[in-house]
Amino acid sequence: MNTINQIIAITLMNLRNIPSRFGASLVIIVGIAGVVTVLVALLAMAKGFEATLKGTGQPDRAIVMRSGSTSEMTSGVSASHGRIIETKPGLADSNNGALAAGELYVIADIRKRANNSEANMPMRGVQPNSFLIRDEVKIVAGRNFEFGRFEMIAGVKAADQFHGIDVGSTVSIRGADWKLVGLFESNGSIHESEVWVDHAVLVSNLKRGNGYSSMVVRLLSPLDLDVFRQSLGDDPQLEVSVVRETKYYSEQSTGITSLITQFGYGVSIIMAIGAVFGALNTMYSAVSTRSVEIATLRALGFGPTPVVISVMVEALALSIIGGLIGGLIAWTLFNGYTASTMSNSTFSQVSFSFSVTGELLLRGIVWSCMLGLIGGLFPSVAAARQPVTAALRGL
Amino acid sequence: MKYSGLIWSALYRKPIRSVLTLLSIFVAFLLFGLLQSVSFAFSQGANFSGVNRLIVSPKYSIIDSIPLNYTNQIRGIPGIEKIAHQQWFGGIFRDNRSFFPRWAVSKDYLEIYTEFMLPQDQLDAFLTTRTGAVVGRSIAEQYQLKIGDKIPIIPDIWPNKDNGPWEFDLVGIFDAKKDSVGDGIMFINYVFFEEYSLFGEGGAGNIIVQISDPDAAARIASEIDTMFANSSDETKTTSEKVYNQMFAKQMGDIGFIMTSILSAVFFTILLLTGNTMAQAVRERIPELAILKTIGFSNLSMLFIVLAESVFISLLGGLPGLGVARMMMPGLGESVSFLSGLEMTPEIFIQGVTLALLLGIIVGLPSAIRAMRLNIVDALRDS
Repeated sequence: MNTINQIIAITLMNLRNIPSRFGASLVIIVGIAGVVTVLVALLAMAKGFEATLKGTGQPDRAIVMRSGSTSEMTSGVSASHGRIIETKPGLADSNNGALAAGELYVIADIRKRANNSEANMPMRGVQPNSFLIRDEVKIVAGRNFEFGRFEMIAGVKAADQFHGIDVGSTVSIRGADWKLVGLFESNGSIHESEVWVDHAVLVSNLKRGNGYSSMVVRLLSPLDLDVFRQSLGDDPQLEVSVVRETKYYSEQSTGITSLITQFGYGVSIIMAIGAVFGALNTMYSAVSTRSVEIATLRALGFGPTPVVISVMVEALALSIIGGLIGGLIAWTLFNGYTASTMSNSTFSQVSFSFSVTGELLLRGIVWSCMLGLIGGLFPSVAAARQPVTAALRGL
Repeated sequence: MKYSGLIWSALYRKPIRSVLTLLSIFVAFLLFGLLQSVSFAFSQGANFSGVNRLIVSPKYSIIDSIPLNYTNQIRGIPGIEKIAHQQWFGGIFRDNRSFFPRWAVSKDYLEIYTEFMLPQDQLDAFLTTRTGAVVGRSIAEQYQLKIGDKIPIIPDIWPNKDNGPWEFDLVGIFDAKKDSVGDGIMFINYVFFEEYSLFGEGGAGNIIVQISDPDAAARIASEIDTMFANSSDETKTTSEKVYNQMFAKQMGDIGFIMTSILSAVFFTILLLTGNTMAQAVRERIPELAILKTIGFSNLSMLFIVLAESVFISLLGGLPGLGVARMMMPGLGESVSFLSGLEMTPEIFIQGVTLALLLGIIVGLPSAIRAMRLNIVDALRDS
């Protein structure tokens, strides 16, 4: 009980006179706030990218591509194979036959608003069934395009990102003038970074036969993928493979997500080392300026443990303040911040929003606690170990 | 340096603090070196551009191709020395994670890209072996490939006539010249690629033109584009540097965000370190007064204090930059689009300048104070 009382007494005394050592204490707070800001911001970037791609996939949808292809960009399925694929079992039905749509995924060089430099804008040639299969797509401005016409609709993020992607404007691609007639949302999925047009019109413009990149299908239920896959495999005419949409998009996200995550951790660790040095410095000087005070306490009968703990608590308190500030900065500046990059599997531009989740904030606070503990440990031991008489003589 | 003893003793005064300060500066400049180089790579493209090379690309997108007979027409333009073409081959080697670029290239490609250095006998083997392939040394080491090995590639864009995996014979391993793109690439023969590809005529992804006079680049580029304007396959010709920059810019915001967050933080670390360093000088005011008492002039006081902070700053900063520089190749290898990443001399000089500035800015207020120090007041305060 006595020890606890001592701990409380010394700790409170330390914390109360932090304001008088404000300048030095700021070093810990700012240093750790910096680490936490960077860590949370970079992880939020990775998280946002991952969420955009993973949010696109639905377990009851699947993508049929040429065997060997890992992305729509490198795949090709002929229209005649498409007609065979539609007849396979396991697919959901609608009024106009099985819920399958051949889509052509291409890119076009369009200038970005941000840097006026040309970037790969993804264009998806879709069929009427595409809208039934991807029923999360909602027109939010203007109207849908009419099949058979050189009209296009753009995802809201594509419109934000590229020059001239505005409702009512005309976009000139490969010698054809496309009228942009509407904008759509799709629950924040990757399709919002795309421009959609009629598949038939797109192939006529591309002059490359009437094939597809891939077919997207809606399964009767998520459990029907195996039936569908089996029947595709059994058909000797087909050289295709099918992948569940959730898996397709989560595989596409792994490369960049892990790159950003690794980069984030790498840089944060280096910075954390720097911040710990700063914290150690501060705590050592806090301890050394108080050496007489600590020695006096020891002479009065306070044990070494309360001294150690009080210094640790001080370091910890300062770092948690730093961690909270860092988390707050990351959240205010970056939550919902929209950025774009080039996907490494389709080479096309993907827009995504940073997502600063509670879990990431918590991770930031945990980091700040660890840094505070490390920063406080050695100085606190040094404080408790210094010989009382020598310290008092320093008076 | 007759004052070096004084500076050392100032550092030894509180060794723990000095070491910690040095390490913080070290870390800050390590970060600076890494991030400036990465940011440079993002904004400029890998440091890999022959001033005398033009890249002809399809006008509307990288997914289109250029008809091969364009090379013959382009050859007629005066000022062109060599011409080659390449097509993205892609495919999957071993598994999806073993990614490195694979290009089908024409015979004269390696004559233009002399930065890929291949022993003559291996070059001859590549040019004469239909199924030949060459890879960079880093790829050969990473996947333990040696000359004579078969390299199977599962096609993605380009199925072959047998609808199976492509198989290549490794006939050469090249090194990339220093200061070039890095060697994480594989080349195969365009002729074999075209013969065995299911679609036959693959066209070219790019035509590469080597010109004799870099100053004529703009004229030749516009002549090429005019030649094919209004055809069904229009072209877009740029210098290789611009081409690489456009590609790098597509990585876009990620590079920008990373570097801007981190440079803000870099300056925060410096600010904090500067604070500690200034504090170290303040504590020594009485000692400085004693130095003055025993006859040090005002100017030498200014010099001693400044020299001390500049010294600490360089002592921490230079190794930081050095370690960052040593980490570059590893970083470049682990991230495919950063291959060939390196710290340019400009970045190194920026870093050194920054270290000097840090030393001066942090030291100057204390140095001026030391210079103006009134001996009597200073001694009385102690």
